[in-house]
Amino acid sequence: MLLSLDAATVRLGGRAVLDAVDLGVAEHEVVCVLGPSGSGKSTLLRAVAGLQPLSCGRVLLDGRDQCGVPAHKRGVGLMFQDHQLFPQRDVGANVAFGPRMHGVPKGERDAEVGKLLELVGLPGAARRSVAALSGGEQQRVALARALAPRPRLLMLDEPLGQLDRSLRERLVVELRELFGRLGTTVLAVTHDQGEAFALADRVVVMRDGRIAQSGTPLEVWQRPADAFVARFLGFDNVVRATVVGEAADSPWGKLPVPEGTPQGGRTLLVRPAGVRLVPADAGLPCTVTARTFKGTHVAVRLQPADGPHLEAACALRDAPETGASVGVEFDAAEIVALD
Amino acid sequence: MHHKTLGAVAAGLGLVAMSTLTACGSTDTKSAADSKTVTLVSHDSWAVSKDVLQDFEKQSGYKVRVLKDGDAGQAVNKAILTKDNPQGDVFFGVDNTLLSRALDNGLFQPYTAKGLDEVGAAYQLDKDKHRVTPVDYGDICVNYDKAYFSEHRLTPPQSFADLAKPQYKNLLVTENAATSSPGLGFLLGSAAQYGDGGWQGYWKKLKANGVKVVDGWEQAYSQEFSGSSGGKKAGGDRPLVVSYASSPPAEVVDATKRPSTAPTGVSYGTCFRQIEFAGLLGNARNPKGAKAFIDFLVSKEFQEDMPLNMYVYPVLKGAKVPAEFTEYGPAAQHPETMAPAAIAANRDQWVKSWTSLVLK
Amino acid sequence: MALPVAFFAVFFAWPVAAIVARGLKVDGAWQFGRIADVVTQPDIRHVLWFTTWQALASTALTLLLALPAAYVFARFDFPGRAVLRAVVTVPFVLPTVVAGSAFLALVGHHGLLDELWGVRLDTTVWAILLAHVFFNYAVVVRTVGGLWAQLDPRQEEAARMLGASPLHAWRKVTLPALAPAVAAAALMVFLFTFTSFGVVQILGGPTFSTLEVEIYRQTSEVFDLSTAAVLTLVQFAAVGAILVVHAWTVRRRESALRLVDAGTTARRPRGAGQWALLAGVLVTVALLLVLPLAVLVRRSLDAPGFGYYRALTDSDGGTFLVAPVDAVWTSLQYAVAATAIAVVVGSLAAAALARRDAGRLVRGFDALLMLPLGVSAVTVGFGFLIALDKPPLDLRQSWILVPLAQALVGVPFVVRTMLPVLRAVDARLREAAAVLGASPWRVWREVDLPLVRRALLVAAGFAFAVSLGEFGATVFIARPDNPTLPVAVARLLSRPGDLNYGQAMALSTILMVVCAAALLILERLRTDRTGEF
Repeated sequence: MLLSLDAATVRLGGRAVLDAVDLGVAEHEVVCVLGPSGSGKSTLLRAVAGLQPLSCGRVLLDGRDQCGVPAHKRGVGLMFQDHQLFPQRDVGANVAFGPRMHGVPKGERDAEVGKLLELVGLPGAARRSVAALSGGEQQRVALARALAPRPRLLMLDEPLGQLDRSLRERLVVELRELFGRLGTTVLAVTHDQGEAFALADRVVVMRDGRIAQSGTPLEVWQRPADAFVARFLGFDNVVRATVVGEAADSPWGKLPVPEGTPQGGRTLLVRPAGVRLVPADAGLPCTVTARTFKGTHVAVRLQPADGPHLEAACALRDAPETGASVGVEFDAAEIVALD
Repeated sequence: MHHKTLGAVAAGLGLVAMSTLTACGSTDTKSAADSKTVTLVSHDSWAVSKDVLQDFEKQSGYKVRVLKDGDAGQAVNKAILTKDNPQGDVFFGVDNTLLSRALDNGLFQPYTAKGLDEVGAAYQLDKDKHRVTPVDYGDICVNYDKAYFSEHRLTPPQSFADLAKPQYKNLLVTENAATSSPGLGFLLGSAAQYGDGGWQGYWKKLKANGVKVVDGWEQAYSQEFSGSSGGKKAGGDRPLVVSYASSPPAEVVDATKRPSTAPTGVSYGTCFRQIEFAGLLGNARNPKGAKAFIDFLVSKEFQEDMPLNMYVYPVLKGAKVPAEFTEYGPAAQHPETMAPAAIAANRDQWVKSWTSLVLK
Repeated sequence: MALPVAFFAVFFAWPVAAIVARGLKVDGAWQFGRIADVVTQPDIRHVLWFTTWQALASTALTLLLALPAAYVFARFDFPGRAVLRAVVTVPFVLPTVVAGSAFLALVGHHGLLDELWGVRLDTTVWAILLAHVFFNYAVVVRTVGGLWAQLDPRQEEAARMLGASPLHAWRKVTLPALAPAVAAAALMVFLFTFTSFGVVQILGGPTFSTLEVEIYRQTSEVFDLSTAAVLTLVQFAAVGAILVVHAWTVRRRESALRLVDAGTTARRPRGAGQWALLAGVLVTVALLLVLPLAVLVRRSLDAPGFGYYRALTDSDGGTFLVAPVDAVWTSLQYAVAATAIAVVVGSLAAAALARRDAGRLVRGFDALLMLPLGVSAVTVGFGFLIALDKPPLDLRQSWILVPLAQALVGVPFVVRTMLPVLRAVDARLREAAAVLGASPWRVWREVDLPLVRRALLVAAGFAFAVSLGEFGATVFIARPDNPTLPVAVARLLSRPGDLNYGQAMALSTILMVVCAAALLILERLRTDRTGEF
């Protein structure tokens, strides 16, 4: 493991912001920490960078305990949420900062800066003032700056957080491609699941300073560890139910469950794709309370006569009007027991 | 602050200090223990002609360093505060009004100056112990503006009593007795004249007669007094001022264009005698040099040089006084005097009652 | 943090404690009973009462006259604004001797008012109050005006759009935002006038005495050290209380306000009312601030052919061991040394105070740094004499004593100027540099320094001007063979004769020009967030 956290704990004002976190990042791996704000993910990065001392536990880089090693000697890179470019220096000087601190001669430095700016898609921008850059350009400069000292581990704090959606979607692909090409080891944090799934080899979901789930994007997506993770991933249809055989007794009536589902009282997740709309006289009768256009599909919010509301995904042409009465049937393949 | 930063900054500070040190190096302290140097502590009015001082240095082999330490009162007070570890070897400039304070605080060690026999006995206020040596004297007297009195066909006042007369209403300016040495001298003069019980009544009359009190001599003399060159400039309108008997000669000697006669005169019935002393400081590092310097202070050469430098009169019998002094401002024949012990016993109380009587 | 603490301990706390102990300790036992004795004396109570009420009156008068000017400087754009800003600041750094005699020439005996209308204000309390306004005008204009210029006018406009009248909008939007700055400025003026020395000494005559003047008299003239010590403690307590309140208002002022670039909020005055306001402020400045200085300059030119200026190069005057003009050179050397000390100590203190994790103790140090502004110079001077008398710190006869004393007064200005700028530096910028491999020292050099360089220059300029004009402590410890400019002026003034008087005016004029030039340069360097001066 390039990076291992061993029961890393940070207490601030009596509260454990980071609570006995164990985490490993292998060389060339891209790990994304996903969590709502306040879940401790930024503190995690700061602890690894040496900007935040641990209350207990250890941070190991290449197997070496980093206790007492100051930030500037850890050899890790950190890209800040709002970039934190040095306002009084131009683009080139910002990128050259790290190599300069490491005593790289000027000629080499300049060549490196040119290469890096090309890599991030800003060739020839070295003499530009950072104040004149757009958000996306600033992000690229920050990335080039973080890469310049060739850190063994690159950490990104909400790397695309402040950018607009289309730019974000484009950059996330570029980043993924770039990291793959350079073989960079990356630990990124974000609150955006789309970003995390697109970027990471492995996703770590955090909640209240603890790791709630860790796995490949697919694993996490298909099988959220608990109701919290499921809801954080955007799944609203989570209910308690009693499983007997291949059916479950829920507030929405009898639900079909896949074969082999554990028996007894369970928390079930019904993916919106598993909520099928049928004519009003069939299935569970519901009223449509809202519909939200999502580009590829429409999210329909349904209120059954009894029990919590339901979300369904359906094609644009099939979407009922708000206020319409519909029936709902469930698809066992899209239902999963979380515990 | 990180330790390294602190170190670097401290080094920077040191560099700055050192570079300035070399820039000002010539004024830096020499070793005080240097037995070839004698250090004089005095007040701001200390002055001596260059060649006279050089003569002393040549003859005695000592180099003289002068530390002027504020006005007379401040210099004495500072000397008392630092007496355990004095700043010099010899002190000049304690007068009879402050003498008891200096002696009671044990500022000086005894020394009988060579040539003391030739100093008038009247000036030797510490005859028995010789802790201080008289060097000069002066008289604090009311000065008048000659032009004003001839213009108004008025006789200038001659005595303390005259000053309270109606024809001199609103003419006198004096100094705060609490803060100014001539102010205190004038108060002591009135107390000597009217006694412990009588001076307050006299000052009540003066106040009713419109006496003006300002804080310091320079303001009284150079701004409020109509007879001095500074006062003329500043438009002073008081033709009577408490100053020194030697002020008229100063008006002649210091003038940009020398006048044919002094523009001011002295009311000799209002004088209080002030005597200045020098003494060997208690823990002097160079007592031998200090003694030689005290001898020099009562030598003929210094005594005759002194009047035009400090506007005081010599205490040495037979010392020649400059012509300007004998002509425009001789010393008073019958000044008021008061024993230092009497001054010490009463000064603070008198000043306090004077303050509430006259100022409040 | 260690260096500033050591500096203040050795060169301030220790000497002051030594002189207080000398006054209050008899045979090793503290005589705290003296405190009650002294403060119940009727004349001391009178002094306390006068000190307080004149400070209140001066503060009120200063606010009354200077707040309109703060508004005008903040919101109006007119030709010569920058020059005028520097001009109103000149009195603040002018030594009291010079200002006092300038004022005397205006309202005193045969002053301008006397000649025109037969009005004399010297030895009245009015002269003191007006001189206090003269000195502290800039404190209000710069502190309040500086913030006012950065308040977003659109907030007031928003209130107008919601139906508020102009006055109502101002009261509800601008005034609350401004109040902490006004309070801070008022407290500063109160502090300066409460501890006023030179002005009261020169203009008040023997009748009026502030606490500071009384301490001076008791120490230097009456030599009643125990009374002086009690008064010092009383003043200490009062000044401490003022500073605590001040620190509190300053912190409130640094709280979230929407600030904009000061350059964007000023515009030309519109309408008769605004032009009249501008004219009123200009007339006030002309009469109260420029006129006394002009009288000063005119008197220095009374001799034909710059006679007084040429006389400054003679060394045989007897008043000095050196030519008066040498005082200019001495002053500059002292001021450079004092500035260096003040900048190093002040920036280290500011850096420590700016840290986000600064504890209560460190924050308390913030207020403590201001204490030298409120402690009698004579106390510090005497304290130096008895405290710094043993090797390796026998500095009594060393030239460095003067810059040290001046630096004591300069440090608060450096801290006040640097602190807001340092606090505004984003801590994560430093972290960004650290993870890129910069050691803490390099972080300071690469990140903080470039951002605070201008503030540092401004702070240095202020420290320079302040130490150039510092009089109280300097006159006490400066050696006669190396007088500084203000000391030389005072000494020339204390000598009779028109030549001396003229030379004093000429030297004062030189001093004023140097201060004004320094301030004009600062005016060019001024950044948006350079603290309150």
